[in-house]
Amino acid sequence: MSFSPNIVGFACQWCTYAGADLAGNLRCKYPPTIKLIRVPCSGSVEPEYILESLARGADGVLVGGCHYGDCHYKDGNHKTSRRMTVLKKMIEDAGFDPRRFRLEWISGAEGQRFAQVVEEFTRELQELGPNPLKGGA
Amino acid sequence: MADKIKFGFLLAGGCAGCEMALVDMSEKLVDALDHLEVVFWAPTVADVKYKDLEAMEDGYIDLAFVDGMVRNTENEHTVKVLRQKSKTLVAFGACATLGGIAALGDIYSKEELFNQAYKDTFGTDNPDGIMPEPQCLWEGKYDLTLPAFTNRVSTIDQLVDVDYFVGGCPPHHDFVAQAVQAIVAGNLPAKGSWLTSGKAVCDVCKRNPAEHDQKRLPVGEVFRTIDGRPDEDKCLLQQGYICFGPVTQGDCQASCLNVNIPCRGCGGPIPGVKDYGARCASMIASSLKDDQTAEKFVSKFNDMAKFCYRYSYSAGILNQKLTPGRKN
Ligand code: SF4
Ligand code: SF4
Ligand code: SF4
Repeated sequence: MSFSPNIVGFACQWCTYAGADLAGNLRCKYPPTIKLIRVPCSGSVEPEYILESLARGADGVLVGGCHYGDCHYKDGNHKTSRRMTVLKKMIEDAGFDPRRFRLEWISGAEGQRFAQVVEEFTRELQELGPNPLKGGA
Repeated sequence: MADKIKFGFLLAGGCAGCEMALVDMSEKLVDALDHLEVVFWAPTVADVKYKDLEAMEDGYIDLAFVDGMVRNTENEHTVKVLRQKSKTLVAFGACATLGGIAALGDIYSKEELFNQAYKDTFGTDNPDGIMPEPQCLWEGKYDLTLPAFTNRVSTIDQLVDVDYFVGGCPPHHDFVAQAVQAIVAGNLPAKGSWLTSGKAVCDVCKRNPAEHDQKRLPVGEVFRTIDGRPDEDKCLLQQGYICFGPVTQGDCQASCLNVNIPCRGCGGPIPGVKDYGARCASMIASSLKDDQTAEKFVSKFNDMAKFCYRYSYSAGILNQKLTPGRKN
């Protein structure tokens, strides 16, 4: 049996969370690997939350926000993008695989895409195997 | 007058800079010494041995400072003994509280570190590749032991309970004086607190745009300190010289900014920060103008982990998890 990764998803309530809802309404099929946390804006996801999720045993973390121009708070998603660029490099330089962490823009109309992203990310994480931080080395 | 406070000071895995900072209090230290009796200060200042410390009754020392992080089994042992012998234990300086510079070694394996230190370095002459071993029988009869290198650096509070924390590499002597005076007067906050002013470096920095009725603007250019000479009066971060002042405790009175150098975070995180490096990454990224500037920033600094965690890698979430602390 192939390993079923545990993904923590931070989803902006205006776009990605609505997208996940739509995926449900459309009865899209995707693996039950993601646990979604609804946040007001992807810009409210502090990099500390992501590290904490990884340290507590998540195999991957997905941050989902609105497409550029669609942010309910104007530029929260721009801030997210800049932060995630820096965070990714920081994780990588510390010796952790940045592929365990993913940023996606998914709108409320993109239920299909939400399902696809989860499926794709799940497959990638299956290839990477369990998070080495799980339970310490 | 009440009895003098029995005082102890242990240098664990540090550089003794923190001890110098205490000595730098000069006349204030002399005043404090009226109230303090030094019963232990090793291995640097007083002629007391570890066995003297071990022979003390539990709780004999009223107040003990440790500077330096825990890097080997000797540090581990003495810190534990000191904890047992002391009523109040203060982790003193960036190494003791956050891991300090040496904790960046945790990004590498022990093998890599030893090869670098004992084989590959330009000035090293070691043709047989001899490495330090904790145990050795010399001339067939002398059983010699050395402290063994631990798996990772740990802060003092990852090993034992700590009553108070003082940041800085080294701590600024004015604030050390305040902390010592507060301790002597028994005027202390709740256990587990940092003995600090609670202000960020920006709060005490004369360059803060808010001090000059100016707004902070998005930063469009990024420079390293070797790229040029920043304007002496304006906020460094605003000029593109990355400064950690917004997320660092300013008990140093913005020392680095006073000499035109950006803050690198030795004072420790402002309250509420769980992971200093992650918060730095977040703060810098939020200051930058756009995605291109963020890309330029990460390509300009060749090691983002060492940059953001310069003094705090041991206390960081990822490092703790990689090789969990040995607190017991
Ligand atoms: S905090 Fe700085 S001054 Fe103090 S022991 Fe560590 S390296 Fe030395
Ligand atoms: S960012 Fe740095 S230079 Fe600017 S106000 Fe804060 S401490 Fe001073
Ligand atoms: S400005 Fe920052 S790096 Fe410099 S002494 Fe103060 S806290 Fe430390």
